[in-house]
Amino acid sequence: MEKYFLKNIDNPDSADVNEYMKVGGYKNLSKALGMQPKEILDEVKKSGLRGRGGAGFPSGMKWSFAVADPKLPKYLLCNADEGEPGTFKDRPILEKNPHLLIEGMAISGYTLGAEYGYVYLRGEYPKAKDILNGAIKQAVEKNFLGDNILGKGVKFHLAVYQGAGAYICGEETALIESIEGKKGQPRNKPPFPVNVGAWAMPTIVNNVETLSNLPLIVEIGGEAYSKIGSKDCPGPKLYCVSGHVEKPGVFELPMGTSLKDIIYKHAGGIKGGKKLKAVIPGGISTPVLPADSIDCAMDFVSMPKAGSMLGSGAVIVMDESVCMVKVTYRALKFFEHESCGKCVPCREGTDWLRKILERIENGQGREGDIELLSDVAGIMYGKTFCPLGDGAAGVVIGMLKHFRNEFEEHIKNAKCIFSC
Amino acid sequence: MFNETVLKEIDEIRAKYPDRKSALLPSLYIAQREFGWLSNDALQCVAKTLNLPEAEVRGTASFYAMFKNRPVGRHLIQLCTNVSCMIFGAEKLVDFIGRKYGVQPNGTSQDGRFSLVIMECIGACGTAPAMLVNTDFYENLSENRIEEILEGYK
Ligand SMILES: Cc1cc2nc3c(=O)[nH]c(=O)nc-3n(C[C@H](O)[C@H](O)[C@H](O)COP(=O)(O)O)c2cc1C
Ligand code: FES
Repeated sequence: MEKYFLKNIDNPDSADVNEYMKVGGYKNLSKALGMQPKEILDEVKKSGLRGRGGAGFPSGMKWSFAVADPKLPKYLLCNADEGEPGTFKDRPILEKNPHLLIEGMAISGYTLGAEYGYVYLRGEYPKAKDILNGAIKQAVEKNFLGDNILGKGVKFHLAVYQGAGAYICGEETALIESIEGKKGQPRNKPPFPVNVGAWAMPTIVNNVETLSNLPLIVEIGGEAYSKIGSKDCPGPKLYCVSGHVEKPGVFELPMGTSLKDIIYKHAGGIKGGKKLKAVIPGGISTPVLPADSIDCAMDFVSMPKAGSMLGSGAVIVMDESVCMVKVTYRALKFFEHESCGKCVPCREGTDWLRKILERIENGQGREGDIELLSDVAGIMYGKTFCPLGDGAAGVVIGMLKHFRNEFEEHIKNAKCIFSC
Repeated sequence: MFNETVLKEIDEIRAKYPDRKSALLPSLYIAQREFGWLSNDALQCVAKTLNLPEAEVRGTASFYAMFKNRPVGRHLIQLCTNVSCMIFGAEKLVDFIGRKYGVQPNGTSQDGRFSLVIMECIGACGTAPAMLVNTDFYENLSENRIEEILEGYK
């Protein structure tokens, strides 16, 4: 299949508006403005597009909730927080193909009746910020953004809001708090952002990759889009592979490509011909899969059946030399650091789990520690204010399920068996 | 107080949002740029400019890792040690930087040249280990590479 998100990125000037237009850029915006918003929304529904930020929520459905009250102003927020460790899939769009996102957002804004859009960009991407700001300026000059887009009387303005290093701000209600100039702590739901979001108005939050699909859906129509990749959650998908593979990187493949193929066919297999031990398939918050369980389709429907989640499509590959206790400990250090402190099970639970894991890894594990880990994780799971705590607990539960013996060995031998 | 140019910059940011409070994070970035870190003076400037209670400005600033509540060196090294970087030896690089440049995580070298912060994934996992120095990305790091790179930051 021809590349869509990554089209033209080998061109060093791919972020320039003229280069983007040379490969057909912005012609779908023009086509969209000739359609009724309702028609575009129907195409999005037909396409079966699901959000690429991690949860896989059907975008057409989310959008229909948001447009329910046509009188209220609406805001479109693009989630470019990309904080899930292991994830670097939005970065090539932001840095190399920013006009695809801008075109996608302009189409979305028109469809939703939103006149203002904001890209919430993580603070750790300073280069993307400059590129995106430059691209927005060019798009305004070409009249693809502004008060009267392409002379069609459509208004849509776009600005970049820079986050400041808080993983939780990727959660959509925390993101909204943050863009309102507050601490990024999640809000209670309901009300959902589509009803009461940023500045108390209906607000649509979508991931970078999700919104970048819009030009394609407008171009080929929802029906044809729904035929790409998996039946239940179609479309092109960016998978990012890191860890012990020969060719790490971002791969654009049809949704539902098998995890095994992603690792062996596309990422070149295990580095140095070593043996595969485990894969974290969708970013650090998704449960680990042992080497013999990677024959599964990487989409939102199949991965839960395989015992994990698609998450952000961030595949972390680990060979036999990696200590699973250490990985779990490092993951929990992350969750402890990033817990926003709002709810007790997450704030206290991540701290407990990290402490227990730290002592096991350092050879001071006690008898009963494994049971304690299960207990704490079990208590957290499903009881935290937002899914950050579920992610933390799920990591521990998954690791104990598949690699319990490594935890036992650490405690029995009173040291890390991988000499790390 | 901020000078006229900065005040104008903040005004322009405010105009982009339905509510002036949204300008808080961008203004904290600006204050950090102007003052080097978010000192009391810096926070007071932001509070006055946006007409927000100082406690609120301070509270919000304290929530975000990239807002600095103490002075930083001339160059800020932000090294990732999350899992994809860890399995390629990022922690050894932390030790190396500590030995070679006399700077520990969350600290500053005595000569004020470098500050070091440990990061939680900077989106360069495919080219791990990775770091940012100020606003520049460096990937596929090794001890030698780090030495070469940091030569460029005096
Ligand atoms: C702790 C946490 C972190 C998240 N981080 C991100 C993120 O960095 N980027 C993102 O797009 N979605 C992230 N999400 C998911 C968002 O809450 C939200 O579901 C998503 O932005 C919706 O967009 P989509 O429907 O296009 O996927 C995160 C969720 C949680 C609970
Ligand atoms: S884990 Fe280090 S950059 Fe992602």
